[in-house]
Amino acid sequence: MSDDGRMILDVRDLRVRAGERLILDGLSLCVRAGEVHAIMGPNGSGKSTLTGVLAGRPGLEVISGSATYLGRDLLAMPPEERAREGLFLAFQYPVEIPGVNNVYLLKAALNAKRRHQGLPELDAFEFLGLVKAKLAAMRMDESLLNRGVNEGFSGGEKKRNEILQMSMLEPTLALLDETDSGLDIDALKVVADGVNALRSPERALVLVTHYQRLLDHVIPDQVHVLARGRIVRSGGRELALELERRGYDWLREGTAAA
Amino acid sequence: MSAKQPELESLVARKYRHGFVTDIASDTVAPGLDEDVIRLISAKKGEPAFMLDWRLKAYRRWLKMTPPTWAHVHYPPIDFRSISYYSAPKQRGDGPKSLADVDPKLLETYDKLGIPLHERARLAGVAVDAVFDSVSVATTFKERLTEAGVIFCPFSEAVQKHPALIERYLGTVVPVGDNFYAALNSAVFTDGSFVYVPKGVRCPMELSTYFRINAANTGQFERTLIIADDGAHVSYLEGCTAPQRDENQLHAAVVELVALDGAEIKYSTVQNWYPGDENGIGGIYNFVTKRGDCRGQNSKISWTQVETGSAITWKYPSCILRGDGSVGEFYSVALANHRQQADTGTKMIHMGRNTSSTIISKGISAGHGQNAYRGLVKVLPGADGARNHTQCDSLLMGPDCGAHTFPYIEVKNPTAVVEHEATTSRISDDQLFYCLQRGISAEDAVNMIVNGFCRQVFRELPMEFAVEAQNLLAVSLEGAVG
Repeated sequence: MSDDGRMILDVRDLRVRAGERLILDGLSLCVRAGEVHAIMGPNGSGKSTLTGVLAGRPGLEVISGSATYLGRDLLAMPPEERAREGLFLAFQYPVEIPGVNNVYLLKAALNAKRRHQGLPELDAFEFLGLVKAKLAAMRMDESLLNRGVNEGFSGGEKKRNEILQMSMLEPTLALLDETDSGLDIDALKVVADGVNALRSPERALVLVTHYQRLLDHVIPDQVHVLARGRIVRSGGRELALELERRGYDWLREGTAAA
Repeated sequence: MSAKQPELESLVARKYRHGFVTDIASDTVAPGLDEDVIRLISAKKGEPAFMLDWRLKAYRRWLKMTPPTWAHVHYPPIDFRSISYYSAPKQRGDGPKSLADVDPKLLETYDKLGIPLHERARLAGVAVDAVFDSVSVATTFKERLTEAGVIFCPFSEAVQKHPALIERYLGTVVPVGDNFYAALNSAVFTDGSFVYVPKGVRCPMELSTYFRINAANTGQFERTLIIADDGAHVSYLEGCTAPQRDENQLHAAVVELVALDGAEIKYSTVQNWYPGDENGIGGIYNFVTKRGDCRGQNSKISWTQVETGSAITWKYPSCILRGDGSVGEFYSVALANHRQQADTGTKMIHMGRNTSSTIISKGISAGHGQNAYRGLVKVLPGADGARNHTQCDSLLMGPDCGAHTFPYIEVKNPTAVVEHEATTSRISDDQLFYCLQRGISAEDAVNMIVNGFCRQVFRELPMEFAVEAQNLLAVSLEGAVG
């Protein structure tokens, strides 16, 4: 893709630790509007830490480096403000919140964002109309709405629920943390459709994934390989296919050269 | 919410039109209690002889009793000689002259609860003379009840108009010597509510102390008696979500419910008395005895309570499951924030065959709050096929609060099935972060999670009450998350 898209996320030389352990060690990444990036890497390479630190997960300490989101210092913003400014994280392990209606959380989230944008809040009817349309488009069951947030959801339902939230909130930057893992092929299609529906010249998506199979359905503009806390190689879609064939080991040796 | 519709406001406001102009002079007896004080109370109320005898019996029992000390609560001893046991209703002029004189903090709370302006004045005890064109609404309300044959009136009025019912049922569920505070209440209570729903009648509306025109200032020793005759149904709402100004530190109410064959009583409470400040100064001691008697076959009594106020709550709404096939339920949310202490729960006494009971208790502790669930499930030898399910969940917020569970189970019948489940949890960082990442503020997130925790209880409340209860919980938890 061209470089004329506006800069959405500019991460420079980010070093992050969790407790005593250094996890990101000089990571840099540029994401422009209209782009889809895939970040791949072996377990323990720092993928979830990257999405976590960008979303403001507690327990992660930034030692040095910067992250600029839409021209603002992302790391200085509290997590709820990042969300309201259009940064969305689809969680790898969405938590259960017993007794809280799924649709209630969704409405609270959407209206928090609308308030932030100076838009009027949606009332129950407007909201329900919108959410039902999204559900239908994603071929998801309405019963999902009136259950407790992720309460007793199957793995696939939890991931679909994340995609539903994403499509309702229409983020400027969506980070998907291994949303494809553990999904059967039907659920994978739903996730891929949700992601593709969100693609637009104004938005950007970062897919963190262990396998390349999601990338059969969502064609990325750039693929990055994360190893030992930094991006060791970037390329086009063909890099993902190569990783699928050769695994990650060959890159570990090549880190120094990259 | 809808509980503040114009008709409600005006009903409530009507109180002021009639005020407290009564034929009782504005006298107050000197502090202290003896038989003369009780005779005076009874005489002032123009009570029949059986009432005086009953009060004196209670008083003589009380003299031999000592305050209970087994609850998990701590407070300095109460000097019962320093309390004035009879005072004519306060003149309106005693309160603040206008809202400008009312504690701004209180007003702020009213604002958050969405309480209309003139209602705030009433709650804060402001002397107002508001007149609303709503007499017709109140009249319609009374007419509908009269048509159905339902008696709903102040206790003292019932003593005058329906002495036979009072004599027959008063003290049959909570005997005069039941416990220290019940005995004291029996000796000195001045007013409260009385409800009688005749055979086969389904009460046409929810009965609420909100509606009962002269409900306020029933004072610290309130007495409630509700009787549902054969096949009757009634739902009764007690309390108010708004914090009320009150001069009395000790509240010792007694509530008695009687359900005859096939009758059903649903009793819902939202209690939000002044809890004291952050350091536990001031605040109401709420020492209440509430008990329901499922006297008839297949009768049902259901207690739902949301307890967010008071410095100390000591309260165990209970069911005596006497009739075969009778059903008892207890749904409770108790919150203890700052320095509040709550020791609350229920007793389910299974006497009849195939009786069943359900207990759902949700305790929330925050700040330095101490929250105890204390429950007794007792199955007597004759209670074949008795069943109980108990679920006690505690939610802790912060490192300095406490949750305690004291379940007592006594089973004397081998066919009984008694289940007890208990959990203790905290709001997890993961839950909080999940909500934050969706743009929801930490405060809203905590409210959401806490309300989710309480959902099983809230859904038992009548609709408007449930909405108010949720708002109330939010206000009560303010500052609980840092």
